Amino acid sequence: MTASTAAQPTNGTPENFTPPHPSLHTNRVLPGFKMSLGFTIAYVSLIVLIPLAALAARPWEHGWDGFWSVVTDGRVLASLRLSFVTAAAAATLNLFVGLIIAWVLTRYKFPGVNILDAFVDLPFALPTAVAGIALCTLYATNGWVGSLLAPLGIKVAYTPLGIFVALVFVGLPFVVRSVQPVLADFDAEVEEAALTLGASPWQTAIRVILPGLAPALLTGFSLAMARAVGEYGSVIFIAGNMPYVSEITPQLIIIKLQEYDYAGAASVGMIMLLCSLVILAIINALQIWLFKRGRA
Amino acid sequence: MSLTVSNITKTFTKFAALSDVTFEAEPGEFLALLGPSGSGKTTLLRLLAGLDQPDSGAIAFDGENFLSLNARERRIGMVFQSYALFRHMTVAENIAFGLTVRPAGERKTKAQIKAKVESLLKLIQLEEYGKRFPAQLSGGQRQRVALARALAIEPRILLLDEPFGALDALVRKDLRRWLRRIHDETGVTTVFVTHDQEEALDLADRVVVLKEGRIEQIGAPLELYREPKSAFVFEFLGANNQAPGTLLGGTIDFGGFTATAIVKGASDGAVTARFRPFDTQISRSGPGFAVKVLSVLPAGANLRLELQTADGQVFETQHAHDSEASDLHVGDTVSLLPTKVYVFA
Amino acid sequence: MRARPAEAPKTPAAVGLSLVAVFWLALIILLPLVTVLVEASKEGAAPFLAAVTEPDTIAAIQLTLLVAAIAVPLNAVFGIAAAWCITRFEFKGKGLLLTIIDLPFTISPVIAGLVWMLLFGAQGWFGAWLRLNDIHIVFALPGLVLATVLVTLPFVARELIPLMNDQGTDEEVAARTLGARGWDIFFRITLPNIKWALVYGVLLCTARAMGEFGAVSVVSGHIRGQTNTLPLQIEILYNQYEAVAAFACASILAGLAIVTLILKSVLEWRFADELAANRRH
Repeated sequence: MTASTAAQPTNGTPENFTPPHPSLHTNRVLPGFKMSLGFTIAYVSLIVLIPLAALAARPWEHGWDGFWSVVTDGRVLASLRLSFVTAAAAATLNLFVGLIIAWVLTRYKFPGVNILDAFVDLPFALPTAVAGIALCTLYATNGWVGSLLAPLGIKVAYTPLGIFVALVFVGLPFVVRSVQPVLADFDAEVEEAALTLGASPWQTAIRVILPGLAPALLTGFSLAMARAVGEYGSVIFIAGNMPYVSEITPQLIIIKLQEYDYAGAASVGMIMLLCSLVILAIINALQIWLFKRGRA
Repeated sequence: MSLTVSNITKTFTKFAALSDVTFEAEPGEFLALLGPSGSGKTTLLRLLAGLDQPDSGAIAFDGENFLSLNARERRIGMVFQSYALFRHMTVAENIAFGLTVRPAGERKTKAQIKAKVESLLKLIQLEEYGKRFPAQLSGGQRQRVALARALAIEPRILLLDEPFGALDALVRKDLRRWLRRIHDETGVTTVFVTHDQEEALDLADRVVVLKEGRIEQIGAPLELYREPKSAFVFEFLGANNQAPGTLLGGTIDFGGFTATAIVKGASDGAVTARFRPFDTQISRSGPGFAVKVLSVLPAGANLRLELQTADGQVFETQHAHDSEASDLHVGDTVSLLPTKVYVFA
Repeated sequence: MRARPAEAPKTPAAVGLSLVAVFWLALIILLPLVTVLVEASKEGAAPFLAAVTEPDTIAAIQLTLLVAAIAVPLNAVFGIAAAWCITRFEFKGKGLLLTIIDLPFTISPVIAGLVWMLLFGAQGWFGAWLRLNDIHIVFALPGLVLATVLVTLPFVARELIPLMNDQGTDEEVAARTLGARGWDIFFRITLPNIKWALVYGVLLCTARAMGEFGAVSVVSGHIRGQTNTLPLQIEILYNQYEAVAAFACASILAGLAIVTLILKSVLEWRFADELAANRRH
């Protein structure tokens, strides 16, 4: 594929034929490389890279000690622990329930299943603030669900449990949508092979299908987890925002900003972002290992 | 321990996949189900495996009603067209799978399973590959692993769905010999599905020819070849030429010359005669179709001719290199005499 | 390869799993949606109408639409340019570029707002200079747009890249050899092939842009009638215990979400082949 083959006029070229101009000094057939790449790089630089550079640069205003004292502050540590633990717990629950839902949506046919399928994406489409006030109302002690749980001594709204519920809401579609296409494409012959070899449906599901879904499950988990760690809108109303108890890290960043402590806000933001990236990197590495096992 | 299939009928929503199929496989027999796509051969194999249920009819193995058993209970070794290997398990784990899913009471010990896997790896000549994953194997190697996995459960019948379908021609020939040898060593009754007549004739003890869900003919390869019962079987088993003629009491008149016909259910009158490319003779003068030579091409041990009659009909024939045909050139006019002519109903 | 067809749940396990799935989706997904609609209409039509026609709410709706109207086309153009260079050419650092494009999915919306404060806030890098020249970015429309653009940056690109990768360059190269020029190739070959995926990406991008809360909350300054988008207006109303008004506004956005889901399903159902095969969201 060289530009010259595309450009060379052959004998018998019609009169109105204009040969395309080969870009000079390039062997690319299609045009627009420099323009599209230039625009793309300029755009991501302005929108993503320069702002993130500002985030990376700001924490050091008061030196390493300034940064360290902010991120080791008890309130910050408590919020980080809360954010990551509830996010991990919610993603874990979503892993199991999401698998069941994906299984049901791909394997079974019953009236309304398609509508159910479409509604799985609601947490993607519903603005987080709307979800936030709805969940808060629903799980308050006088809400539809909260009033059922209150007599059992379970308080959801304004506790870490409320945060967990909100994160389950936002994370569910990630797991379902990661697993569903893989399950839908799962080769029926592989299942039949297990069956003819004497495996029960249960053994087939656990030993044959589930390992095949593992990479997709991990993807879903990591997406749900990443979203949950940074989630703000749907959590903030139901969380209660009590320092040390139910205050998530994003809320703490906003508080620091309101106090004009930009360096502090940037420090917390950066440590949160770093933790997320480390976790994602670990999951990614796990996934590559699984992938290599499966089809090296 | 014979397999008996009686009056099996299976209808899918729109079309009859199988109608009134009856045949038997002798103990240790190597049986081919041969037919074009849509002939119902794979459906039949799936019914034998218990992966589908027939609408009516019976399948019995050694007197036991197979239809009352599900796929798990039949202890049938099935090799799937795509091999259906478990991609996250090693070769050894794949082979051991059928042994490890047995209920605790019936399960062999770990050492027994290991020994079994090793002997199977040896059988399929992949001793060094036990720890590899399927993705790290070639197509032919995967096929052998799929076979070993099916053999591991000591199946009562081995079923193979287009076992060589996904392989290239060279590997195919090798594996064919090898599969035949494995069959002769293990002695397990084997049924395999193929659309490739050469494969079926080459491998099987007997061939069941299927057409549109019905059995056309059952027989040993030579029998099918020499005594085809229908035009379909004749055509499906190899290249052929057709010419109109008039049949009268075992002799066919091609208008200008006659030939003795092997008649299969056809009655006297206008018929279509069929003959194989190599059941012909070429002469400069003599009885036969007057044809012009369109092309002369080498085809292995033979010469392949393309010939055309004055009214545009094209014949393809094969002749030995040292025969009359070797002197021919494109454009020559010669006469073509079929030596063995079949006429079907 | 043949995938297993869906069938009616017959075994007890199948029925059990189906019930779990239906129950969970009803509890976690549908119930919050129902709550919004019930709470909004609890006191009848009059308070609902009063809430949604209140000047501040109208201003918030207008601002939300304006922000989306600026941010979405920007990201659509970006998505096309990024997909074009990534799928049509080989160059060093492509993997890195893809990672950067995905980054906004990973960072918290609050951080997506914070970074603009660090640049343009009162004590940001350019804060003093901006104040000197009387230019307002944060606590004003530009800040809302920037925060929204950052949060919704990947949506269109992520939809187009896998599709254009699958489609390959054959058609465009053929057009090139037939003498088509750059924009001709794009408008007559590429665009018709990707139009439904583009619509799909723009739909998701718009839904997110109108609903964004965390990022705009940081840069808005919450000036009623001026820098409050509809989601922020909901927060203010809710925190002032004007629950009916808050839910009335929320029901507008919930309605928008349902419309989005319906359009999304229609696109997936009608144009499945023309959307990226391996992505359903």
